[in-house]
Amino acid sequence: MKQRSNSVRLIALGAAAVLGLAACGGGDSASDDTVAEEATEEVVEETATGTGNDCTAGKTLAEGKLTIATGNPAYEPWVVGDAPESKEGFEAAVAYGVAEEMGFSDENVVWVRTGFDEAIQPGAKNFDFNLQQFSITEERKANVTFSEPYYSTNQAIVGLADSAAAGATKVSEMRDLKFGAQAGTTSLDFITKVIQPNTEPFVYDDNAAAKAALEAKQVDAIVLDLPTALYVSAVEIEGSKVIGQFPLSDQVGADNFGMVFDLNNPLVECVNEAISRMRDLTYELISIEETWLSGYTGAPVISLD
Amino acid sequence: MLVAVVLLVPRMPRWDRVKKSFFDVDQMRDSFPRLIDAFWLDVKIFAWTTPAIFVLALLIALARNSRSPALFPLRALAAAYTDVMRGVPVILWIYLVGFGVPGLGLERPYNSPLLWGSVALGMTYSGYVAEVFRAGIDSVHESQRAAARSLGLSSAQTMRFVVLPQAVRRVVPPLLNDLVSLQKDVALVSLIGPIEILRQAGIDKAKFANFTPYVVAALIFLAVTIPLTRLTDYLWQRERRRTSGTRVAA
Repeated sequence: MKQRSNSVRLIALGAAAVLGLAACGGGDSASDDTVAEEATEEVVEETATGTGNDCTAGKTLAEGKLTIATGNPAYEPWVVGDAPESKEGFEAAVAYGVAEEMGFSDENVVWVRTGFDEAIQPGAKNFDFNLQQFSITEERKANVTFSEPYYSTNQAIVGLADSAAAGATKVSEMRDLKFGAQAGTTSLDFITKVIQPNTEPFVYDDNAAAKAALEAKQVDAIVLDLPTALYVSAVEIEGSKVIGQFPLSDQVGADNFGMVFDLNNPLVECVNEAISRMRDLTYELISIEETWLSGYTGAPVISLD
Repeated sequence: MLVAVVLLVPRMPRWDRVKKSFFDVDQMRDSFPRLIDAFWLDVKIFAWTTPAIFVLALLIALARNSRSPALFPLRALAAAYTDVMRGVPVILWIYLVGFGVPGLGLERPYNSPLLWGSVALGMTYSGYVAEVFRAGIDSVHESQRAAARSLGLSSAQTMRFVVLPQAVRRVVPPLLNDLVSLQKDVALVSLIGPIEILRQAGIDKAKFANFTPYVVAALIFLAVTIPLTRLTDYLWQRERRRTSGTRVAA
């Protein structure tokens, strides 16, 4: 039943998008005329007001509005210029794409800012969903609900161009290096489990501290997800470069980014639907990725030996 | 009040979620060994900074209490040191000394964040502790000095054998106060890299999206500070009984 109404809505949405609203009423070729008629009318009403669809009704924080959280500040290339409202940057574009799929017009998307901790605290949330490169992990699922992944990435290593790390091409050459990572990221886990350096890694709250540690030669290299690594090395840490990216393998799974919801928030189903449509049906996800992240994937591959 | 909390809090609508986020028993068991390991680093930093702080603070307090007119620059310098050290946030000192000094071009191991983080802690805390010592020294009545000098003790001997022993005894409680505070501020060294207990708790928090590791860290801190405080209280009371002679019951 649910499946059916979804697919009907899907057809209707597609039709509405392609033909425009006026053309929609008459020329629908679905076999069950009355159902299609109803669905179409519904879509017309929804898009007219842009306050969500059937699925989202009653599930959002503020009726008819979609409240989305991002980091404070939000970093590039995920959000350009710390201004998600501009729709610029990968996550900003994905957020508006999801909102559109769920029938929210741009003016009904409300942005709030949270830190990582506010996103995972047990109390009521001030957002419908939160996207700021949260990695989906089994451990975290006990306390928050994740959407399906909207992006998958791998880890990369950044070091100063003249550092001991600069020439490394395989993991076995990296064991004697001193590593740094950002607190609360999966990169730290990656260092201890995959690289297994001989000394304990250092951990920093932000890129500013990691940069200072690199410059003070307290660490030789830092590990970050690839797009962040490429951005950080190009823009934030002068004199640094991406020494390489780590390939995925049986032992190293991809780092999947998901949106964070309050535990068991039913809205996640609507968002998952939107994401899978954007991924498999409209290919919008891949085009957003090409727009905002195409410059952020090139780096030599490091051997896991 | 306590009864009200114990009875009412579990009836709140989202208590289950809070309980799971802060008091998850499985999470406690899982994080505990890692946190204890990391706590060892706190203990080490604490152990090597404390003696340095006491020595430095005492020297500063003595400098500030010097009385010779010729030593005015020393007094001014000591006063300026305590003002600046106490007036600037500890975090800034840790960043500035922990990243700044090694950034000047020191090589490993002399650029260690542990080393320079400890130096930053020592600098700030010696400012606070110097003031405590100074208050202790000032609290010793002037007649004690007068008596000691009239017995033929030099100015330095008076300080060493008459004033300081009394002064230090009097300031044991505020000193302990500063030590407890230092023990928690040791965690700030994690800002420049080293993984100590609060950082490890933060890592576990992020990994499991659960705040329970912080609660475990707090319990570990309490397990150390409470016995330490009680022990010092006891020693101090014993000292008071021994030296004050009389005691009014109630």
